[in-house]
Amino acid sequence: MASRARAGNVGRSVPRLEGPEKVEGRARYVDDLRFPGMLHGRTIRAPHPCGRLRAVRLGPGGLPLGLVVVGPRDIPGDNVIATIEDDQPALAWGEIRHAEEPVLLLAHADREALWAIPAEVDMIPGTPVFDPLASPRVFKQIRIAKGDAAAALRRAPVVVEGEYRTGAQEHVYIEPQGVIAVPENGGITIHGSLQCPYYVHKALCRLLRLPPDKVRVIQVETGGGFGGKEDYPSVIAGHAALLALKARRPVKMVYDRGEDMRATTKRHPSIVRLRSAFSRDGTLLALEAQVVMDGGAYVTLSPVVLSRGVLHASGPYRCPAVAIEGRAVMTNTPPNGAFRGFGAPQTLFAIEAHMDRCAQQLGIDPVKLREKNAFRPGDVTATGQKLPKDTAALPVLREAVRRSDYHRKRIAWAGTGRGIGLSLFFHGSGFTGAGEVRLASKASLELTPKGVRILVASTEIGQGTRTMLAQIVADTLGWPLSAVEVAPADTGLVPDSGPTVASRTCMIVGGILQKAARELKRKLGRAKPAQYLARHGALVVTGQYEKPAEIQWDEERYRGDAYGTYGWGCDVVELEVDPVTREVRPLKLTAVQEIGKAIHPGLARGQVEGGSAQGLGWALSEEVVMRDGRMANAQLTNYMVPTTKDTPEMDVTILGLGYRHGPFGAKGLGELPMDGPAPAVVNALRHAGFDVREVPATPERLLRCASR
Amino acid sequence: MRFTLNGKPVAVDAPPMKRLLDVLREECGLTGTKEGCGEGECGACTVLLDGAPVNSCLVPVAHAEGAKVTTIEGLRGHDKLQRAFVTEGGAQCGICTPGFVVAASTLPRGASLEAVQEGLAGNLCRCTGYAGIYRAVAAARGGGKSAKKKAKR
Repeated sequence: MASRARAGNVGRSVPRLEGPEKVEGRARYVDDLRFPGMLHGRTIRAPHPCGRLRAVRLGPGGLPLGLVVVGPRDIPGDNVIATIEDDQPALAWGEIRHAEEPVLLLAHADREALWAIPAEVDMIPGTPVFDPLASPRVFKQIRIAKGDAAAALRRAPVVVEGEYRTGAQEHVYIEPQGVIAVPENGGITIHGSLQCPYYVHKALCRLLRLPPDKVRVIQVETGGGFGGKEDYPSVIAGHAALLALKARRPVKMVYDRGEDMRATTKRHPSIVRLRSAFSRDGTLLALEAQVVMDGGAYVTLSPVVLSRGVLHASGPYRCPAVAIEGRAVMTNTPPNGAFRGFGAPQTLFAIEAHMDRCAQQLGIDPVKLREKNAFRPGDVTATGQKLPKDTAALPVLREAVRRSDYHRKRIAWAGTGRGIGLSLFFHGSGFTGAGEVRLASKASLELTPKGVRILVASTEIGQGTRTMLAQIVADTLGWPLSAVEVAPADTGLVPDSGPTVASRTCMIVGGILQKAARELKRKLGRAKPAQYLARHGALVVTGQYEKPAEIQWDEERYRGDAYGTYGWGCDVVELEVDPVTREVRPLKLTAVQEIGKAIHPGLARGQVEGGSAQGLGWALSEEVVMRDGRMANAQLTNYMVPTTKDTPEMDVTILGLGYRHGPFGAKGLGELPMDGPAPAVVNALRHAGFDVREVPATPERLLRCASR
Repeated sequence: MRFTLNGKPVAVDAPPMKRLLDVLREECGLTGTKEGCGEGECGACTVLLDGAPVNSCLVPVAHAEGAKVTTIEGLRGHDKLQRAFVTEGGAQCGICTPGFVVAASTLPRGASLEAVQEGLAGNLCRCTGYAGIYRAVAAARGGGKSAKKKAKR
């Protein structure tokens, strides 16, 4: 019966649940909310990128009546932002490690009066480190070894080596970070723009020394995240909560664009060195990779970003001998953090830019070289994972080449100032094997008189989580979509489904919900929901993540099945370069991506289009300029995200081979589209005559590389 | 300060240099108009001033004296466009959406893709890559084909 009952929502682009509120301006974001007696919060930050803090002075001049001041001594619990390690203080007090380090918090009812208060931070400046290669402090080091790469490199007839660099990237969610902290019920409630309610919950329990039931975190409508609202909300929520508890009044803390760009996390800048060995016919024999990620001042999520980076560093290629060494290091800049792709775009940029250079050196067509070496089902990765049947490197490559008319344009455009290039990539869905086991995520279904309510901590941040999860539950139950509601992501209501990150919500949380729905259906039998409730009372079914038996991962040795499965993609970028200004105009992007079953094809397409546009921005125009450890272009006037005029036509094709452990065969999707555009851009530039090995490929950089 | 807001006369007591954006959100309680950057780059605060789209973060309220101001809450006769933003994937996180809908409401029917891109160049969206927004405009108002491509062929 379970298999027969399909209501037919999955695979259809049903209208998204929260759509009407958004297009009519009724959706309420954090800055749209007000609470009685609410104050505004402000953060005083350090003036130098490193050194020792001596004192913070407010004034000169009288301070406004009713001003609330919070310093490190006002912190009831541990002065840390609990993430992976406890190195980042909520308020710095001796050592200062970056120039946006918060040192004092203020709150007042009058926002203008609050921001008019002069503040002087007295420091003994130290000598900062900005170059990650010169950093004395390593946050995390990871090694992956397969076979004897050094020996193979010594013996091979063709060896290609190169260094590839990527810059920081700012998320530019259009809604800056913001929360409101409300003291109530002897604890604190946070209403915030955030991705991971339980991350904030955990951090606040530590910071405020409150038991779990006294901290409540409610996600309000969130205006974009892209990873930027994964870890930073713990900082801003902590600050607002400290002020609110001291003031005994609600405190709103919403950053303006400048503060958001300067102080919050960015994509880790990277330096990747590659050496690869080939036989003369282009068979990849060995690969050596050294990966350095600039973590910024504190550990935050850098170990995990590095992990995903090194796990993707050898690209979608079979290779008998691999040696990867990765390091995340400290510099005196604000901490870098999660950003869509999470380390993989950096290393995939390197390997894919490298492959076109290898093709050139070998005198082989870049598509042929990839076809020869790309993973097939059953091939074994650098960590020893035997790849499943849904390994789709070749299908996406062939389809993208065909759809874009790559080979014809490659010949026709030679020497015209136009270029066409491609990239082949993959992206592990969900956390690593061990990571998902550690998370042990839960998701619940609660029977309602009309049907069922989904209780998950997974957040809707634009990608369509609520709609997609409702489709999975509706079809598993065989009920119409209208019978399924989704509860707000409120830690007072929902279990910990793990963070909304790592392309895991659909595949992992959707899978747990599917199991819960089957269980609920079994319990319900032939009864209608209202009948069941009348007879037996409330019914809540909770499912928990169970690792498929065949996934084996050894975190210590970095061996085994790194991810349950992978999404696969091939992007082709066509562009032209202005002969005088060296400005690059992308003309078209062809994206072919294999994501398993698309639960909602329209939302899936939106993920590919939006992620690809972010990838193009990172590749061409988005440059974070740091001066003395501070972002010098912290405004949208000169940090250039793509506009309608910069974003080319996109031809998106979604292939769905299916993954047997995903709900209805779905895999992860959110991050995959971010991986492909940057290397495809530099490969198209190489075709147009520019040897670029660094992004963003700004006109200035192209002028330099042309005059070389 | 007096002006017509979404078809109704209003009088607000605000300093003349206060941003129209803040007057709308704080004094008038209309929070559909969003602040994304505060410097006229992102267009999330787009409203119509006498029918023309403006960034309300750059307009002092004095400038609106006697004018007709239309916000997303007061946009009439564009239900089809708004529905199309939902069905065609023109809205993801939704924070830029009111600005886009207001700006798109001024585009002529049957506008070419290039004209739509030009008309919406002052609005930033970080979620959609704009493709869903073009589809929404084309679905609601026709057009959306590339004039350049046609010419080339």
